[in-house]
Amino acid sequence: MVESNIPVGADIMGMSLNGTKFFLKQHRIALRNCGIIDPEDIEEYIAMDGYRALGKALTEMTPDEVVQTLLDSGLRGRGGAGFPTGLKWKFASGNRGNVQKYVCCNADEGDPGAYMDRSVLEGDPHAVIEAMAIAGYAIGADKGYIYVRAEYPVAVQRLNIALAQAREYGLLGESIFGTDFSFDIEIKLGAGAFVCGEETALMTSIEGKRGEPRPRPPFPAIKGLFDSPTILNNVETYANIPRIILNGADWFSSIGTEKSKGTKVFALVGKIKNTGLVEVPMGTTLREIVEDIGGGVPGGRSFKAAQTGGPSGGCIPAEHFDTPIDYDNLIEIGSMMGSGGLIVMDDTTCMVDIARFFLDFIVDESCGRCTPCRMGNKRLLELLEKITQGKATMADLDAIEHLAMFIKENSLCGLGQTAPNPVLSTLRYFRDEYEEHIKDKKCRAGVCKELLSYSIDADKCIGCGLCAKNCPAEAILGRPKEAHTLDASKCVKCGVCVEKCKFDAVVMV
Amino acid sequence: MKQISNAPFMGTEKQEKELMGWIAAHKGEKGIAMNALQKAQEIYGYLPLEIQKLVSRELGTPLSELYGIATFYSMFNLAQKGKHQINVCMGTACYVKGNAKVFEELEGILGIKGGGSTKDGKFSLDACRCIGACGLAPAIMIDEEVFGRLTGDKGELEAILSKY
Amino acid sequence: MKNLDELAKIRDKAKERMAERESGGGGETALLVGMATCGIAAGARPVMMTLIDEVAKAGAENVKVLQTGCIGICQFEPVVEVVAPGKEKVTYVHMDIEKAKRIIEEHIIGGNPVSEYTIGAVI
Repeated sequence: MVESNIPVGADIMGMSLNGTKFFLKQHRIALRNCGIIDPEDIEEYIAMDGYRALGKALTEMTPDEVVQTLLDSGLRGRGGAGFPTGLKWKFASGNRGNVQKYVCCNADEGDPGAYMDRSVLEGDPHAVIEAMAIAGYAIGADKGYIYVRAEYPVAVQRLNIALAQAREYGLLGESIFGTDFSFDIEIKLGAGAFVCGEETALMTSIEGKRGEPRPRPPFPAIKGLFDSPTILNNVETYANIPRIILNGADWFSSIGTEKSKGTKVFALVGKIKNTGLVEVPMGTTLREIVEDIGGGVPGGRSFKAAQTGGPSGGCIPAEHFDTPIDYDNLIEIGSMMGSGGLIVMDDTTCMVDIARFFLDFIVDESCGRCTPCRMGNKRLLELLEKITQGKATMADLDAIEHLAMFIKENSLCGLGQTAPNPVLSTLRYFRDEYEEHIKDKKCRAGVCKELLSYSIDADKCIGCGLCAKNCPAEAILGRPKEAHTLDASKCVKCGVCVEKCKFDAVVMV
Repeated sequence: MKQISNAPFMGTEKQEKELMGWIAAHKGEKGIAMNALQKAQEIYGYLPLEIQKLVSRELGTPLSELYGIATFYSMFNLAQKGKHQINVCMGTACYVKGNAKVFEELEGILGIKGGGSTKDGKFSLDACRCIGACGLAPAIMIDEEVFGRLTGDKGELEAILSKY
Repeated sequence: MKNLDELAKIRDKAKERMAERESGGGGETALLVGMATCGIAAGARPVMMTLIDEVAKAGAENVKVLQTGCIGICQFEPVVEVVAPGKEKVTYVHMDIEKAKRIIEEHIIGGNPVSEYTIGAVI
């Protein structure tokens, strides 16, 4: 037998994640158990005070008190627009016990560049299950649905395990905690449609139909899933709720800013040194997140913008580095909270191309139900492509702005209403880049292929021939050990020569 | 637009039995049409018209409605996919970190375009929605396995494919 | 679940087990492997299998290999955290099979954390 024998003391300092800047600046509520407990063992969740909030709600609080606690806490939806969660619950809480109601969880995390919900489902699935049961008690529902992306196989598997364990321990099912409250949850798998993140579309999809949104009102709190009163919150919102019930509304509302309480999880990705999931109090500045926690932009490049809110959001430039991040400030500066993707971009990212990228995504994902979104975004994309291809005129910029506003004002659901945001926000902060593409036919980031041309710096070229050998278009000519030349008419602008050259002799102009 | 298969339907009796069994067990449940199509695709790998008709008959749901569902969601295939499905993540993080290049390189290695399958039926290649592995961007997913931190280097991608 | 007392009993028992992991009352060392999608994609599965094998081979008692979710440092996956009785937690990053073997040998058996593999060495 060998005894484990590890020394205590200073030699171990600095070896733990807990001691890093990355960790110290964070405040974990929604992610409290992620990376600490075994998500496939309900007892570990219980050890972290799991299901105690449900027990407290069921045995010590009336449903109205639960709703009031949520209202007082100031918790707002973490999935997008930031609607007050308590208010949503209150709207659905009338006529308890007399009508069928549903509690839904939006785990169809569709924003490209966001994965906080996946991490909660994979690392702490019981937090969501417990919160949904609390919601069921609060509004008088006995049935819940978790709508989860099929692209998340690990999350689905952990949820299934967690649901089975919760039933086994009597935390789902009949007469929970010896009360007359019964609740159970079913998983519904999404099938790959971004629009299903919109609440009415999600419910239509759970009903087994094409996931198209429908006009509101009536709001889901009155007429939602299967025409019954329904509340829908996203994974991160739910993950906060057990702690709010246990620690009280005052505790939660003491964290954050005046109008945005608590914390927010961000998926910090893109051109950033420390990629990862971070949970910070509302009101933390972009500078703290990017520089202190994220360690800044790698490779000696400079920060250009941070994109938040996915295809509904916008790009925040360096000039707003010190703006405290909360729901209202983000809207003020032309972006939005969204679900929490925070994608850092450096000077090799072209802002026109990013706007085009998001619009391309939207055109692909528009459900086609309303014309402004279906046709408008397609036309908008064409205009942007004209710019990235160097075929646009300045009049096209006005057309873009006009069309973007029209789409925003006239689309049926949140997807269309926010679709032009990436275009508008990049136009607001990076108009010079748009104009440069149009007037000078130049892409300073070197992304828009049609606007690039390559040439070989004869002073630097030693004639090794590596570029010519790898050129797929045979556009590079030259004798060994003599400076090579590049025939721009043959060049397909693939960039292989730039990558292969060890002497930085191929330059983009 | 979805690619629609014109290859003859080659379903087996065993497959049909499995699907019929599932439908019999779940018929009458609320919102079951989509689950039935998901189950059918799990069994057959795609949704040929023959199967849509069968599901329609068994559930009493109009074929037009099922076809509407099958064409609405990106995960339903109307044409047979490769034995291994390669999905290149086109989430923002993967995009800014150069997954477009990975995609092009894979097209070159496999000799197919996005949306297609290799002649031997081994691989099919698609661009997909964010798979949530942004921390490992750029990333691809083959069946249910994620490969991240790719460089887009030909040798690296060939090495991954050689595992299949 | 009949009532809060029953829940409290389960909690206290499980808590004791976990507190041992955190503070070391029971002398148990836990190796926590981050097994969310990012971790698995980066190669956490073979690392976890190696840890289990090596622990068994060495016959180290009171050492447990456990899975957990995402700790949030995707950049550094696969991540393994060593939580030993009464000691500061040690976070190992960018793990692979060879590193896993060395950690069992030098840290768990030998008692000397392999500092060059820890997060302190890269962040």
